[in-house]
Amino acid sequence: MKKSLLLLFLVVVLATIPLITQQGTEFGGADGEAEKAITKIQPEYKPWFNSIWEPPGAETESLLFALQAAIGAGFIGYFIGVTRQRNKQTKQEIPGKSKHVTH
Amino acid sequence: MKRTNWKTIYFVILLLFVPKRAMAMHIMEGFLPIEWAIFWWAVTLPFLILGYRSIRSKVRENPETKMMLGLSGAFVFILSALKIPSVTGSSSHPTGVGLGSILFGPLAMSVVGSIVLLFQAVLLAHGGLTTLGANAFSMAVCGPFIAYFVFKGATKLGWSFSFAVFLAAAFGDLGTYVVTSIQLALAFPSEVGGFMASFSKFAGIFALTQIPLAISEGLLTVVVMNFLKKYNLGELKLLRVLSKEAR
Repeated sequence: MKKSLLLLFLVVVLATIPLITQQGTEFGGADGEAEKAITKIQPEYKPWFNSIWEPPGAETESLLFALQAAIGAGFIGYFIGVTRQRNKQTKQEIPGKSKHVTH
Repeated sequence: MKRTNWKTIYFVILLLFVPKRAMAMHIMEGFLPIEWAIFWWAVTLPFLILGYRSIRSKVRENPETKMMLGLSGAFVFILSALKIPSVTGSSSHPTGVGLGSILFGPLAMSVVGSIVLLFQAVLLAHGGLTTLGANAFSMAVCGPFIAYFVFKGATKLGWSFSFAVFLAAAFGDLGTYVVTSIQLALAFPSEVGGFMASFSKFAGIFALTQIPLAISEGLLTVVVMNFLKKYNLGELKLLRVLSKEAR
């Protein structure tokens, strides 16, 4: 547990260092940058297909990203809860007093 | 584990002195010439079919591992939604495929990773449908395979479980973006210097941004694995992640 917390703290540190050392950038996503790099190499290249649907704006996009993270986090939380509970039960049953467990 | 921490600190210090603007994400919709788009789809499809079969047989063999499969998917979901700032002054996101590759093998992750990429392509205009084949090949095929073999190799060398997991996840993450660079360089060779010139350009950009994120992904995967080792030892043994004599 202690080790995990330390590791999580390290992750937070890794993510915050750039915020401190790299002043004056917006930390934009790669997409625009990738386009620039490609048009530099092949100026005549035209994308031949567009996304079927794009989030109308930054707000909707952040909603969907948050949703994606929430689905992941929700399941991980559920998983942790279930496994810990199951462990508690098996530990209780070991002493041989198989109490009637109501579900 | 101590050794890992020192390495992390060393890398962080190293990276503070290498600031450069960059990007790292999936290949955007329409940004692969059609012949390449079709080519990568063709390369990826067999892996998807094999992956589906591999998942089906593993779940049938050990139905109790279903939850772990869900966890592997959830881990990819959450990590690929987090755009983390990097030392290069732009953001990218980890992949999260290392965990599932170690648990279920690399083939299973080809399906899980592709589902996440599809979600992002359709709902977030992030990546794309035409480039899904190429993106799936880098993130859902190569990344998991690299992670899997790094894990196996590190275990063979007798390194600690945690350190093997860390290396596997970190290299799987980094490898994903190296493959993306190769794909872009193949599709867009430079006038001068051809493929290599393009590759060094894309890779210099991609890999650098991804290094701190790869480290983060490695650390997070270790956190989850430690939990599994504590509470799900039975399943880990069923999936042959841990041998019987493992601590």
